[in-house]
Amino acid sequence: MSAADAVHHPDHQFDSPLQQRESLSLGMWLFLVTEVMFFGGIFVGYAVYRHMYPEMFHHMSHHLNVYMGGINTAVLLTSSLTMAFAVNAAQNGNKKRMVSMLLVTFVCSIVFLIVKYFEYAEKFHHHLVPGAHFATDPEYGDTAQIFFSFYFAATGLHGFHVLLGTICIAIFAWLGHKGHFPKEKYQPVEMLGLYWHFVDLVWIYVFPLFYLIGLT
Amino acid sequence: MSAHSHAGAIQKYIFIYLILMVLLVVTVAVAFFDLGALNLPVAMAIATVKAGLVVWFFMHVDHASVMIRFCVGASLVGLFLAFLFIFADYLTRGAAMLQMAN
Repeated sequence: MSAADAVHHPDHQFDSPLQQRESLSLGMWLFLVTEVMFFGGIFVGYAVYRHMYPEMFHHMSHHLNVYMGGINTAVLLTSSLTMAFAVNAAQNGNKKRMVSMLLVTFVCSIVFLIVKYFEYAEKFHHHLVPGAHFATDPEYGDTAQIFFSFYFAATGLHGFHVLLGTICIAIFAWLGHKGHFPKEKYQPVEMLGLYWHFVDLVWIYVFPLFYLIGLT
Repeated sequence: MSAHSHAGAIQKYIFIYLILMVLLVVTVAVAFFDLGALNLPVAMAIATVKAGLVVWFFMHVDHASVMIRFCVGASLVGLFLAFLFIFADYLTRGAAMLQMAN
């Protein structure tokens, strides 16, 4: 690392390469803090309404497909591993491995989005999307829409993050292939990794809170 | 970075990944048993262990500066405050109504 620092001069606004690296990381982490609060709002709202309608949440969770949710969890965890490999390869200046690992991560994120598409299509088909055509067990009336409102808000916002991540990973794989991230300038790849692990993190909570509450 | 520490990092990532997959299976398996009031705490405890492993090892907080660890702490404090004040309101609404009725 120190050998790379010696040849790499920081951009003019920084005192040292170390300070530059720290600033990049800090900026990304501050962004992630705002993301935690962004998703946090949905989870707080979820907690309040689940507290109000525990049985309805339990019952409505039956409509979600545990296998699809579980497969997607495994896919995201796997993509986090391959992203960690990509960052590690970038750190070590192994361009070929970095690009191939980014591509594997890209494929995983596409798989996630395809599974999500089939899940959403099923919800539309069964009239489980909140709105004028919503129809489920009359026992819970309109309150059942609350569960699916949170389901679509949480997984929709998360899915949007996955979509953005997928696009960024594709761009990074292309730029990496063109030689934009040599060993001494690998840090953008690490920032992409942080974002991707965060997306994984959100799903780690979404999965048990929506898919796994109605199995008993 | 030496070849040895590089191989060590890869091994560490694979090890963490295997733990995460085992915890995924555990959380699904546990969901099939009715633990009563413990259902939610157990699911959240497993999720938090998984999240902790991802943050600590995959997001490199194990090698991060104090400033970045502070960010992790700040997001937890922010979430805690959001839950604290929202539930301080909602959990006490019934009691306040009862007092007014008396």
